[in-house]
Amino acid sequence: MKLKLEDLDKIRQRMKATTILREGAGRVKVTVHMGTCGIASGARDILSTFKKYIEESDAKDIIITTSACAGLCSCEPMATVELRDEPPVKYIDLSVKKVARIFNEHVMGGKIVKEFALAIGSERIS
Amino acid sequence: MICTGSGCVSNGAFRIKEAFQKELRKRNLQDEIQIVTTGCNGFCGNGPIVSIQPDGIFYQIRTENVIPHLVEEHFLKGRPVQELIYTPPVKKETVPNINDISFFGKQRLIALANRGVINSEEIDEYIARDGYRALAKVLTQMTPSEIIEEIKASGLRVWVGAALPTEKKWEICRNQPGSEKYIICNADEGDPGAFMDRSIVESDPHSVIEGMLIGARAIGAQHGFIYIRNEYPLALKILMCAIVQAEAYGLLGEDILGTGFNFTLSVARGAGAFVCGEETSLINSLMGRLPQPQVKPPFPAQSGYNGKPTNINNVETWANVPRIIDLGADWFASIGTESSKGTKVFSLVGKVNNTGLVEVPMGISLREIIYDIGGGIPDGKKFKAVQTGGPSGGCIPESMIDIKVDYESLTKAGCIMGSGGMIIMDEDTCMVEVARYFLAFTQEESCGKCVPCRIGTKRMLERLTTICEGEGEEEDIDFLEEIALSIKDSSLCQLGQTAPNPVLTTLRYFRDEYKAHIEEKRCPAGVCKALIRYEIIPDNCVGCGACKRVCPSDAITGEKKEIHLIHQDKCIKCGMCYITCRYDAIQVV
Repeated sequence: MKLKLEDLDKIRQRMKATTILREGAGRVKVTVHMGTCGIASGARDILSTFKKYIEESDAKDIIITTSACAGLCSCEPMATVELRDEPPVKYIDLSVKKVARIFNEHVMGGKIVKEFALAIGSERIS
Repeated sequence: MICTGSGCVSNGAFRIKEAFQKELRKRNLQDEIQIVTTGCNGFCGNGPIVSIQPDGIFYQIRTENVIPHLVEEHFLKGRPVQELIYTPPVKKETVPNINDISFFGKQRLIALANRGVINSEEIDEYIARDGYRALAKVLTQMTPSEIIEEIKASGLRVWVGAALPTEKKWEICRNQPGSEKYIICNADEGDPGAFMDRSIVESDPHSVIEGMLIGARAIGAQHGFIYIRNEYPLALKILMCAIVQAEAYGLLGEDILGTGFNFTLSVARGAGAFVCGEETSLINSLMGRLPQPQVKPPFPAQSGYNGKPTNINNVETWANVPRIIDLGADWFASIGTESSKGTKVFSLVGKVNNTGLVEVPMGISLREIIYDIGGGIPDGKKFKAVQTGGPSGGCIPESMIDIKVDYESLTKAGCIMGSGGMIIMDEDTCMVEVARYFLAFTQEESCGKCVPCRIGTKRMLERLTTICEGEGEEEDIDFLEEIALSIKDSSLCQLGQTAPNPVLTTLRYFRDEYKAHIEEKRCPAGVCKALIRYEIIPDNCVGCGACKRVCPSDAITGEKKEIHLIHQDKCIKCGMCYITCRYDAIQVV
């Protein structure tokens, strides 16, 4: 579809609904950071483990997505878990085992796994 | 003062008291040091608590076995015993806000504004974060000269070479006669330890595409190339995906957004030659010719791809353009220093705790980058130098760690900002060896077209290798300096002109290390194999045999529980014993 000028705004509005987890599109968004650095330190396993748990839980309100390097390459693999109406939480140095706890306690239980979390909130932009 | 509240007593405070009395008598200190018992201190859970006055130190003593050590260290040698000092339990840590962590908090994101937030393979996510809004603005509300004016007002510069203002390059190209013009994105990132371009393309490919669209509109180009190295498979895949999606939306192609503007974009894959980072070599490579630089003028802006006016900018510059148009030149110009505006992306690597990709405002000090963002040097080692600009850059010593990071300050220090590699080195780094390493790189990557670069770097490398091997002679330093300056003056392109920089800056700031190698045949950092020896420190060796077991050349002998010995004639200086020893019993001399 070839976009017209006004289409950009429409996409913007539509996407705000899904990416910002408002209006009931999802309850949780899990972003696995899959830049070259992340993949090199095992992000693919992290992604597939999250996917496996989501499938097993049969939950329909979890959005799983990927993004590139979050900047702190030495702490990869990293993932960001964002619950609706809550600031995102960045987890670092992930392993398949840690993912199990993050999924159970945070994604499903809504409680941050403090030992593995680096920080909450979004980076300041310009 | 020993706490004899009931809590501490039940934890054995009186046993502690007796042990103290005994130890003080033994050392004949009973008249100087008075033992007083006190009431409850309130730290009952951590007792017995002993406070030493007038020093005001609280010890937490669980067992009387530590008393002899404590008395000896504290009372005789005057050194408080750190591991016994009582530290109040800190409040259970909560997860900090991301901007309170200095790694993130000190950064300022412009080119990386979408990093880690959007899925780079979904164009809609880029659009959702105001992507392509700047393009819509320039296509409907701005003339090409207004775009150039806006970029000029922002102060955006090209951080390589002479750091020309970006709009100068655009304007020259725009003002050339003819209607066939090209723009190129240089993503041929070849510096060891640099990955800024790769990360920008991986995180936010559309910002580069949008930047190029705006540039094309300003310059009057109809086609663009992104020249990216084939060693970046993920970046390449994401870029291709982004172009396909942009084409599907009609953001690339004909009549973009229904405004009549046409622009197409293609990807060219580079084979990983460092010289292709130089613009005329890159254009030659793009045209299927040998990647060798050409004499300038004519500049690519006058005669580039297919002999037509061509503009080249790097990934970061293009990625900045949409944000400048979207948020305004004044906003961009308010960031940074008087002469260097905006931010710079660095790949922070080497001996630093937080390695990664950082974007900082111009004018930040090196100290803030290394200690606040980078989290300092691992293993408590001492910071020695930072190398910026890759093989074309130079080393800045510890004494200059407070300089501001902007184009002028770095140039004054003999360094360059370049594309933004930043390699941190600690005290275990030999600066002569570093210079040798970088020169070996540029020497190998020299395209061979001009003599100073082809032969000059070879002669320099030979001389540096000799120095590292302990065969250096006194006149070597003068020789290196002389030849370095002539290569700088007479090479055809930036590769040659900047190749001697690592040698010149290390000679400038670390001349004593060169001298130690040459005059004393000694490598102060203990790196150059020909100049070091591994030796066992007899006092520390417990005869555990760990070093003997890992030695690949059977150079270590010694019976169990006896002091071992390294036989220098057999030692190959691999350093395995040094890494393995747990008793600090092996030293590098």
